[in-house]
Amino acid sequence: MSFLDLKNVTKIYPNGTKAVHETSLSISEGEFMVFVGPSGCGKSTLLRMVAGLEDITEGDINLDGQLINEVDPSERDVAMVFQNYALYPHMNVYNNLAYGLKNRGIDKETIEQKVNDAAKLLQISDFLQRKPSMLSGGQRQRVAMGRAIVRNPKIFLFDEPLSNLDAKLRIQMRLEIKKLQQKVGVTSIFVTHDQVEAMTLADRLAVINNGIIEQLGTPIEIYNNPESLFVAGFIGSPQMNFLDANLNNKTLSAENFEIKNIDSDYNGEVTLGIRPEHLIESENGLINLKVELVEQLGSDNLVYGQIKNIKDFCYRSPGNQIIKKGDTLSLNIEENKYYIFDKSTGKRVN
Amino acid sequence: MTRLITSGFSHFILFIGILIMIVPVWMIFASSTHSGLTINTQGLQMFLGDSFYENYLRVLLYEGGFFKEITALKMFLNSFIMATGVAILSVITSLMAAYALVYYRTKYATLLFWIIFVTILVPLELRIFPTYSVMAELNLVNSYFGLIVPISASAIATLFFRQFYKTVPDELLESAKLDGANTWRFFVDFLVPLSKTMIVAMLIFMFVFGYNQYLWPLLVTSSEQYWTVVMGLKMMSGSIVHRFAFVMMSMVPPILIIIVLQKHFIKGVFQDK
Ligand SMILES: Nc1ncnc2c1ncn2[C@@H]1O[C@H](COP(=O)(O)OP(=O)(O)O)[C@@H](O)[C@H]1O
Ligand SMILES: [Mg+2]
Repeated sequence: MSFLDLKNVTKIYPNGTKAVHETSLSISEGEFMVFVGPSGCGKSTLLRMVAGLEDITEGDINLDGQLINEVDPSERDVAMVFQNYALYPHMNVYNNLAYGLKNRGIDKETIEQKVNDAAKLLQISDFLQRKPSMLSGGQRQRVAMGRAIVRNPKIFLFDEPLSNLDAKLRIQMRLEIKKLQQKVGVTSIFVTHDQVEAMTLADRLAVINNGIIEQLGTPIEIYNNPESLFVAGFIGSPQMNFLDANLNNKTLSAENFEIKNIDSDYNGEVTLGIRPEHLIESENGLINLKVELVEQLGSDNLVYGQIKNIKDFCYRSPGNQIIKKGDTLSLNIEENKYYIFDKSTGKRVN
Repeated sequence: MTRLITSGFSHFILFIGILIMIVPVWMIFASSTHSGLTINTQGLQMFLGDSFYENYLRVLLYEGGFFKEITALKMFLNSFIMATGVAILSVITSLMAAYALVYYRTKYATLLFWIIFVTILVPLELRIFPTYSVMAELNLVNSYFGLIVPISASAIATLFFRQFYKTVPDELLESAKLDGANTWRFFVDFLVPLSKTMIVAMLIFMFVFGYNQYLWPLLVTSSEQYWTVVMGLKMMSGSIVHRFAFVMMSMVPPILIIIVLQKHFIKGVFQDK
């Protein structure tokens, strides 16, 4: 049996907003699960129901074999790291970490031991006596993590904990969170709207849209095999290119090119998706791209251009290649590296 | 240059203001150190005389009232007990009332708050007779309890604490809950220490409020044993210099409280930053 089990969980807020629709999900012990989706899709709501900070309208949540629907958050043995850290402003770092332990009636020496261990792990030993207001953003982040770790809870919950940090620190902390989780081995759920963060952190990923889990799987599964238009567009950077097309008798006709022998029986209007990194330059390619803008990233270039009437089509080229505005590139799609979606439902059809 | 003039001018106005406030107080003080005869024959004095100890000691220890049961010293004690009681009790009740209003999310919290707020428009003087008869029924006339309790529910302090609690981010409560804090612990471990500065401010405010009460103590005490300083100001008889001395002394406790607590007040403000 899984460690955390959500069964048909639904959340309707008192004002009528349906934030989460009949969601079912199982997380096994030690797993790092990431909820990713655009802002307002219900990720936080789902997480907060696990924490007990929101009532569950319908459905069941089981944690470690116990039904926790009605269990008070203080009794659930979960720890949460908030976006703004929610450190206790009037307590120094030591007491921030120790507070949860004190509430469980643990004796002084053990608390000191645990706090010092956690502080060492997070490299915050030097400012245990400081108030949170005297710490930098990265240090506060660590304290928030420390407060979660020190209690050795059943599950860690993270609600966009990195979004208040600057870009560089965010990448660094991302790495540290992953390392730390591997070291401590606690089951974790991490909520983010940033798909790069999601891809890099997750053992498994739940892509959420409008209160529904659109797809569940390892990052690479989802990247390679997006099941819907939404997931395809959301996961991957730069974004997948989308073209309108028609599929008839296994032949796909886009505006100015055709692909034959498609592995699908679907007939009708479709959306063709191609990732920028799945294009290669070749003579007499399918696609002629008129270059309008080149972003040079060093390791590679992001080339944006026009195919007939389609604007902002993106192609990722090797970094050593020199491409200028006004060039016309002839591109082919890598073998079978295209995705076809039903235009009306957004479901994958190939 | 114009700047210098404006600044000079505002200092001048400030100076005048200070004079207007200080001079009468000084005159009373200076006069209180002379003998009654000097004041009666030569009017108010601007300079210190030599009867300071004589006058002040006599006032402190003189047994006044119709039944000669009360000294000024006892009045100061009464006032101190009353003012401290009012300050502490009203801060505690309004801290808790505000907590209930903000954190117990009942539908009626806002309505309840406005009902409490409306009591600001109904000061004690308006409801003094029903309040008195309640106290009389409870046999609390002529007791410190009777002096303190009826004026110890402060809508203003409740308002201040409520507004402050509303600025405390929800995540703090949620975080504390996940750390195992129950309702009471959140109040004691978080809200009380976080509102320390405001608590001190309210203590000062309510102390002075309690100290300044006149009508209520007058009504609820028939025994001279419970006279307060402010009542004494009116009841005090005797030579003008003694009354002046009493007036001077009556100003000391509120000023002292402000000076003592102000330090914490300012420290609190700076520590939180
Ligand atoms: N307390 C609330 N009351 C009513 N609606 C809410 C509340 N909290 C969130 N919502 C709504 O529920 C939806 C999901 O919110 P949330 O879970 O915070 O999204 P996310 O974390 O993915 O950005 C949004 O439409 C939001 O407006
Ligand atoms: Mg959110």
